[in-house]
Amino acid sequence: MAIEGADLVKAAAFLGAGFAMGLGAIGPGVGEGMAAAKACEAIGRNPKEAGLLTRTMLVGQAVSESTGIYSLVIALLLLFVV
Amino acid sequence: MQFDVDVWLKVGSYAGGGLAIGFGAIGAAIGEGYTASQANGAISRNPSISGEILKTMLVGQAIAESASIFALVVALILLFSPSPGHSFVNVWALFAAGICVGLAAIGSGVGAGYPAGAACTGTARQPSLSKRLTTNMLIGSAVCQTPAIFGLVISFILIYSEAAVKPLWPTWAAVLGAGLSTGLSAIGAGYGSGLVAGASCEGIARQPKAATVTTNSMLLGQAISQTTAIYGLLIGFILLFKSYPESTDLAPAMALLSAGICMGIGGIGPGIGEGICAHSAVKWIARNSEQAGVLSRTMLVGMAVAESTGIYSMVISLILIFVL
Repeated sequence: MAIEGADLVKAAAFLGAGFAMGLGAIGPGVGEGMAAAKACEAIGRNPKEAGLLTRTMLVGQAVSESTGIYSLVIALLLLFVV
Repeated sequence: MQFDVDVWLKVGSYAGGGLAIGFGAIGAAIGEGYTASQANGAISRNPSISGEILKTMLVGQAIAESASIFALVVALILLFSPSPGHSFVNVWALFAAGICVGLAAIGSGVGAGYPAGAACTGTARQPSLSKRLTTNMLIGSAVCQTPAIFGLVISFILIYSEAAVKPLWPTWAAVLGAGLSTGLSAIGAGYGSGLVAGASCEGIARQPKAATVTTNSMLLGQAISQTTAIYGLLIGFILLFKSYPESTDLAPAMALLSAGICMGIGGIGPGIGEGICAHSAVKWIARNSEQAGVLSRTMLVGMAVAESTGIYSMVISLILIFVL
């Protein structure tokens, strides 16, 4: 079968989007889990500070989430814009 | 060189069978090795009940082994049972079936090692709790095996479904994507659920009074750790049962393959991360059970955030399948 240039480019963009979002999801998933684990531990030791600890956890997780959102943006760019 | 379809069917099933047991052997071996190391540590701490610890170790290892036995069964089917269909789609389906069950066994095998190891250590610490610990270990390890069972289900569907009527392009990419989606996403869920079950066995040995709340928290944590494997299974089912218009272009096929890869790899991280989170929450619920409410709440909030990238992956996969 003959593969045309435009078809090949589209196929590569689709594959790239899948790998970008898939691989990009690993790090934030693990990292946010670690942040939450430490927050649970800290609340277990010092339950009075639960509010402060939950807030810190969420801020830290939001920062850790950023690379996952970069991956999502790049995947959507590859699918719809490029 | 041109070969007929029977030759390719053999190529697909032998390559798939080899990969099935090759990947499938990784996880159970690591998990059982961890259990044995913990059992040795436990016996050195309390040699007087070495028989009880050995029994706990063997029961735990037997469960960790089951994921790998699923892979062995599929490998034997691929090697010796003739393919029900005779088309090039079946070639890819047999190959994908092997990869799927092999990858899915990795996480469950490693994961089931943690509760078994913690039960051995706990038996040495609190010999009177040995029955309670074994029960908790069995429940926890059984839940760890569900992602491997998802892989087994998809690989049986791949082997025995009548795919011959579907066009080769792009169905070959859809069946391969279904295998990768279910197999890869099971790795994180199996490993994560194992961490949670390990924490609950350790916690029960430390605080026998909190056993009930610890087991309940374990089940909640494990259930949420498994969500990304369920997304993987869902994408696998969609890829298998949706019908596609025939097209010899490369792009539609790559979109389907990419959907499977995206959901599969994307499911690994959230599964492991949620497992780490619930591990810590269950450990501290056992130590400080008056605070179980606030700890469960924090665990759920943390897990929901860790889940987000898994949901992004599912969205991208669904776009790849339905929009493009």
